[in-house]
Amino acid sequence: MEMIKIKNLTFSYQGQTPVLKDISLSFGNSPTAIIGQNGAGKTTLVKLLKGLLKPTSGDILIQGRNTKEYSAATLSRNIGLIFQNPNDQIFKNRVLDEVMFGPLNLKYSIKEARKKSLEALKLVQMEDKIDCNPYDLSLAERKLISIASILSMEPEIVIFDEPTIAQDYHGIELIKELIKKLSKEGKLVITITHDMDFVTEAFSRAIILRDGSVILDGTIREVFSKPDLLRKSFLEQPHITQLGEKLNLAQTILSLEEFIQYFTTVS
Amino acid sequence: MKKVIIEGLSYKYPLSSRLALEDISLTIEKGEFIGIVGKNLSGKTTLCQALVGLVPHFYHGGFRGKVEVAGMNTMNYSIAQLAEKIGLVFQNPFNQISGSKLTVYEEVAFGLENLGISRPEMIERTENVLKLLDIYHLKDRNPFEISGGQMQRLAIASIVALKPEVIILDEPTSQLDPQGTNEVFRAVNQLKEQGITIIMVEHKVEKLAAYADKIILMSEGKIVDYDRPSNIFARSDLKKLGVKTPIFIQALQSLGLDKKYPGGLPVTLEDTYKLVVKEYGNDQN
Repeated sequence: MEMIKIKNLTFSYQGQTPVLKDISLSFGNSPTAIIGQNGAGKTTLVKLLKGLLKPTSGDILIQGRNTKEYSAATLSRNIGLIFQNPNDQIFKNRVLDEVMFGPLNLKYSIKEARKKSLEALKLVQMEDKIDCNPYDLSLAERKLISIASILSMEPEIVIFDEPTIAQDYHGIELIKELIKKLSKEGKLVITITHDMDFVTEAFSRAIILRDGSVILDGTIREVFSKPDLLRKSFLEQPHITQLGEKLNLAQTILSLEEFIQYFTTVS
Repeated sequence: MKKVIIEGLSYKYPLSSRLALEDISLTIEKGEFIGIVGKNLSGKTTLCQALVGLVPHFYHGGFRGKVEVAGMNTMNYSIAQLAEKIGLVFQNPFNQISGSKLTVYEEVAFGLENLGISRPEMIERTENVLKLLDIYHLKDRNPFEISGGQMQRLAIASIVALKPEVIILDEPTSQLDPQGTNEVFRAVNQLKEQGITIIMVEHKVEKLAAYADKIILMSEGKIVDYDRPSNIFARSDLKKLGVKTPIFIQALQSLGLDKKYPGGLPVTLEDTYKLVVKEYGNDQN
């Protein structure tokens, strides 16, 4: 099923040069990473998908709804965006109130909103923090709270803007599992990230943005087998892929498992 | 020459019942690049804040022990005095940007103004660091209207401009693209070569392994280990301590090479490559 359709999207902030130029993309439900250098237009693109910004020209259809005709609030059942900086998103002084804000605005009863919020908090292992003030928590914890605030609305499309920032090993594993779970439920997960190891571990498709244009759109294997193109886009291969490349192995290595298998079958 | 001396440091935030730092003692030499790793809430950021005097001068709370940085006992100097010798790049650049300046250029100059640096020198230093961090083309933009990664470089530039003797960076590359991350590590390494002492909290273990002289491994407010990267990252309890084992070590371990080289495995791409070639020959195909 087509979850998102982007047709000839161009966008510029008030009269400036375009940040996004003639982008056309279509999304089903394979988990997708958007990668590219700082300032390439990644965050602008996901703000457009969420309907926080409207196309200068072209159209974006979210589950068939044109973002020009619906408010960001109306689209909340369809699409949720977790901000890069949780401080831009969080505004309540109690964790549970913050997470319940979305479902209450979707007109769920207090009881239902509470139930959905507690489930969401459990998914990010923050259920013991419900009475805390989010501003007393660490940056990594606030990011998890901002994830729960979106999941509690149960949108069909979930977009993360750099979810691994400030997360330790355990936090990154938790987010990976969460993405797998959402994908298994048929939801579309899109993530902006600079962590190439994370891309190979949790996503099947990657889109490279450079200077507001899509440079490459393909499977993880296709994208990471092009070191020159990655370098030109200010990216790099995952670490294990770099090792495989340096050793001049016959195939592109994407994971530790592939690396081990290569050596155990060769020798 | 010792640039940082910490003796018996324990610290508790106000209203908290648990120690955020517990009996920390360590020394850091001038010009060393020290990495700090550990799971979240293990005390990494609090330790950084103790080094610049924010703990305890700004946060208050219970403080015991001695922190001496660049010859100054932090207890006896104000945060402003300490800032002349020690710079801290915040974890979240949004919290560091002053909010009182309208351009990237002036934001970098803000700290210099406060130190009373002469105008020609302010201009020279500002332009140099904008180029060093590759944000010169953004000099006339509003600091809050640039991307997260660009803002992060601005935060680093603003501190480097002050020419501190010790620079502390709390996850300075978390929002940077891979090549931006490489550039920051190279820039920081240049500062180290000029004799500046670098202390960096970072989850990107492959990068730390390649650049840091020594690594502080923290857990629950205590120092578990303080050693060369090859020793720290070979520890079998890293996962339990919330730290990723660098992928190159994982690769070599799964080929069984850790048993063959009990003295330690390489931690960088280059050295890992050399070891694999040595063990398996040049041609794998």
